[in-house]
Amino acid sequence: MADHSEHPASFWTAASLLPPLIAAALFAVFTTFLPAVAAGETLRYAWGWIPALGVDFSFVIDGLSLTFSLLISGIGIAVMLFSGRYLAGHPQHGRFSLYLVSFMLAMLGLVLADNLLVLFVFWELTTITSFLLIGFSHGSEVSRRAALQALLVTGAGGLAMLAGFLLIGAETGTFELSALREMGDVLRDSPLYIPILILVLCGAFTKSAQFPFHFWLPNAMAAPTPVSAFLHSATMVKGGVYLLARMHPNLAGTNTWLWTLVIFGAFTTVFASIVALRQNDLKQTLAYTTLMALGALVLFLAAPGGYAVTAAATFLVVHSLYKAALFLTIGCVDHATGTRDARRLGGLARRMPLTALAGGLAALSMAGMVPFIGFIGKELLYKGGLESPASPIIVTGAIFAASALMFAVAGVVALRPFWGSDGKMPLLDRPIREAPLPMLAGPLVLGVLGLYFGLSPHGLQVHVTDPIVGAILGDPDMAKELYLWAGFNLALILSILTFATGVAIYVFQDRIRERIVAAESRLMNFDALWDRLLAAIGTGARVVTDLLQPGIASRYLMAVFTTITLLIGSAILIRGLDIGTVGLSGVDGVHVVVFGLTIAGTLLAVVTNSRIAAITGLGVTGTGVALVFIMFGAPDVAITQILVEMLIVVLFSVAALKLPTLPQRLPFFHRRAHAAVSIALGAIVAGVVIAVTSVPLDLRLTEFFEANSYPEAHGRNIVNVILVDFRAFDTFGEISVVAIAAISAYALLRQRKTKGSQ
Amino acid sequence: METLLAMTLGCLVAAGVYLMLAGDLLRFLFGLTLISNAVNLAIFTSGRITVGGTPPLVPDGAYEPAGDVANALPQALILTAIVIGFGLFAFALVLTLKAYGLLGTIDIDKMRLSEAKPDEDKA
Repeated sequence: MADHSEHPASFWTAASLLPPLIAAALFAVFTTFLPAVAAGETLRYAWGWIPALGVDFSFVIDGLSLTFSLLISGIGIAVMLFSGRYLAGHPQHGRFSLYLVSFMLAMLGLVLADNLLVLFVFWELTTITSFLLIGFSHGSEVSRRAALQALLVTGAGGLAMLAGFLLIGAETGTFELSALREMGDVLRDSPLYIPILILVLCGAFTKSAQFPFHFWLPNAMAAPTPVSAFLHSATMVKGGVYLLARMHPNLAGTNTWLWTLVIFGAFTTVFASIVALRQNDLKQTLAYTTLMALGALVLFLAAPGGYAVTAAATFLVVHSLYKAALFLTIGCVDHATGTRDARRLGGLARRMPLTALAGGLAALSMAGMVPFIGFIGKELLYKGGLESPASPIIVTGAIFAASALMFAVAGVVALRPFWGSDGKMPLLDRPIREAPLPMLAGPLVLGVLGLYFGLSPHGLQVHVTDPIVGAILGDPDMAKELYLWAGFNLALILSILTFATGVAIYVFQDRIRERIVAAESRLMNFDALWDRLLAAIGTGARVVTDLLQPGIASRYLMAVFTTITLLIGSAILIRGLDIGTVGLSGVDGVHVVVFGLTIAGTLLAVVTNSRIAAITGLGVTGTGVALVFIMFGAPDVAITQILVEMLIVVLFSVAALKLPTLPQRLPFFHRRAHAAVSIALGAIVAGVVIAVTSVPLDLRLTEFFEANSYPEAHGRNIVNVILVDFRAFDTFGEISVVAIAAISAYALLRQRKTKGSQ
Repeated sequence: METLLAMTLGCLVAAGVYLMLAGDLLRFLFGLTLISNAVNLAIFTSGRITVGGTPPLVPDGAYEPAGDVANALPQALILTAIVIGFGLFAFALVLTLKAYGLLGTIDIDKMRLSEAKPDEDKA
């Protein structure tokens, strides 16, 4: 990106200025809803979309969606201002701005949607825009791989979530979240509760990168820094958390929900904060701390307690503020020095004082220092953990470990690059100087907000956390107050212990890092597993394709017949086949002779190697069938059958002059599979016909033809009348088919050998 | 009676499928003919068998057939089916002739112009 800093004038372009203006306008609109939402109102707007399916474009503004909207548009202003300068002069800057604004609108749609299917559409739109943004540097293979990985992981999760939504719709009859909220325990008591829960959690956990789906998020740092700040820390990855909060009234409250979220959230948060400490690339460090925050949010949406949900709501805001600011700060550092490697940076505060200030403010909030909002957030996390119905030890322990590590990581991110001795930074052709104002404004304001909300949390509580708790738990009175000084209690003692541990970790960070690196090599690498999974899918597809499409006609035939056999056979096995009474009544000697003749001719055709014998066998069978028609009152059919049989024999004989003799049959030994499928299919057809004849027959059509044949059509041969009068058009079509077959056959026979043929 | 017919046509189907799977075009055509016959018999049987076999005719002077006659509807359907089946057979036979003339084989597994083996792509 360093190349573009030499064109400051190009900041004044539409691509740079329009996005922050759009974001600011949206932010201004959303602030007008604050008083109403703070007063406990829920506003709903709906337009018909697919009324036949009960799908409306419906949007709802309550505490939860308004907070998310304000975060999205507010941080959007900071990020877009930053990227307008960061990418100024980039040849594809316009495209980038388009993606970024599209993402913002999709994300707003996601959090405002009241209809599950509308939510799904916006959900996938954020996945797609995220794909485009991660892969923005499409010349880089790393970016392309990361983009595809994020798309596949979150896209697959989104599809699972859609299946869950459809089950919810089938179970409750509505897709409207506002209607679902009124339904109470309908879903919790449903036999489909577990499948619905699993599917919805698949969507939420992939989007919010919970272990074991976490691996895509650190890779997504291949995107330009503003994207990482916006999508992959402050907003999009919180989509999964948003979904959990939204579904809380309908799905939470069971032990399954509680323990699933506690286990996944606690593991993700501790695991991620340990790995964060080990990273050298500051963006990677921040990516893992984002995972930590997402894990903590999931952890605190597990329990329905007032402290837990207040803690989740507060921490949501806290994290978005400091994380976006830190990402943008790192972006400034990268922009100025050309590196993000923690080992090479140092002493930047002298040359970039404002950047250092912004990073310092955000890091203090992240470390949970007094008097920042991060401190209040951490206190609430401890209180929520201590009252957790799952296991206070697990939850509080996880938060303690993660907070202490966060404290140390905050030092790594904001202390080391700016203070101490000068680092070994790459030599650039220009001096390291302060970042330009558009890039600095966002992180500075966000950092100051972290301090402001810490000093005066009441506004945040009234406008944000109380309404969120109201939206999630249905009762804003369950929300806890936000205090900077809540008295001397267990949470405060834990905070002090956290600071002590955090300082210790920071001091010994190099030694700890070595240990982590050593341990890491012995653990499963999910990123590599992913590559193997993709390769396995490719191999599997190739195997299936080779099996089903070998280019060998006899295997295609076998596949077709096997499929038919299996389909009808399994239907019979599942539903049973009522073959009624197997009656042999009315069978006499003549019948047996005719049937015997038919089967004998067939057998001859099967076993012989002689063309003449085979044609004779077919002739015998055809004649046998004609005799059947005669015996049972179908003389017209019999006449046609005999004529056709004769023609077939004649045509075969003529053609035989130009065709080779029959190839040697394969020994039966090699054709056992063929024989098995043939016999099974024959048996199935026989069984089905027997079953058909054992149910009563609806004779209304036949009776109609019998009654009207003479009076209406003046014909005494009913079969003929049907053919040439009642169904004359069918017969006309039949004649056409035969005529076309004849013309085509003639054309084929006349055609000279084409050029290039053997 | 229907049971016996069903079993007979089951034999025809089995033999037809077995022949079609044999891997050469001539036996494929034999199998096709057998299956056509079997399907016609299946339609016929599904319309029920009238033992004794009075054809569906309206006697002189009457407006409706007298007494129990064979079901006319399946017969009409089979008549159509036989003729169409014959058209199909004739066309398939001509295609077989043509294929043999062009490719010099009636072994269907050796007819690989449209889906060549990977190593034969350039051939």
